[in-house]
Amino acid sequence: MSMTLTARQVGDVTILDLSGKITLGEGGVTLRDEVRKLLAKGAKKIVLNLVGVSYIDSSGLGELVSSYTAVKNAGGELKLMNLTSKVRDLLVITKLLTVFDVKDDEAAAVAAFA
Amino acid sequence: MTLDSELSSVETVETRVEQLAHQAGFDEDTSSQIAMVTREAVINAILHGNKRDPAKKVRIGFALSDDALSITIADEGLGLDPDSVPDPCAPENILRSSGRGIFLMRAIMDEVHFHQLSPGTEIELIKHRIHKES
Repeated sequence: MSMTLTARQVGDVTILDLSGKITLGEGGVTLRDEVRKLLAKGAKKIVLNLVGVSYIDSSGLGELVSSYTAVKNAGGELKLMNLTSKVRDLLVITKLLTVFDVKDDEAAAVAAFA
Repeated sequence: MTLDSELSSVETVETRVEQLAHQAGFDEDTSSQIAMVTREAVINAILHGNKRDPAKKVRIGFALSDDALSITIADEGLGLDPDSVPDPCAPENILRSSGRGIFLMRAIMDEVHFHQLSPGTEIELIKHRIHKES
């Protein structure tokens, strides 16, 4: 199953609800494209909701990092929320949990933007 | 198992390894992780080893013993020096978008060995089985 991705607004925060797999050729490019589209529209506060992500590999981790740096370079902020245990484990192993601002739920993620 | 150097081959190996890991008694999360790092090795073999050359194959071997599950992935490329792969957790590399595959193999498996072939590289991934005391 490839990844599906839906964008919605909560105030001035854009939430991307992701589900499925973020892997090489299966959603990674879609995520990167969607984040760039949001940046082009002027979005600065973006949250990736990973509750439905059942699987991620090193390419998928790379896509999360690419999205994070693209948003940061555009002067915005990207946060993650609702990590599954599989995704959290890989972020811990790769020390990426120290890079991302990760929140447990939507209210906390939205409130975390200054 | 011999595969063409196409990414469509990857899923077949991943499914087979996950089944084997279950048979070996690993729990669901561990089986999934073993399958995932095998996938990483096969993708590396296709993209970086064989460079998608249709004339080159990827050979996969599986062995299940009383002690361990062992998976070998061999390509026909120019060879790989695993020591030359940068540490993806180092501050200067942490924001790179690639280079985490071998690191994940080493983090998740108990042993990872690189054997130079002529031509090519074979990666051996080993996970020790945990025996419950009776």
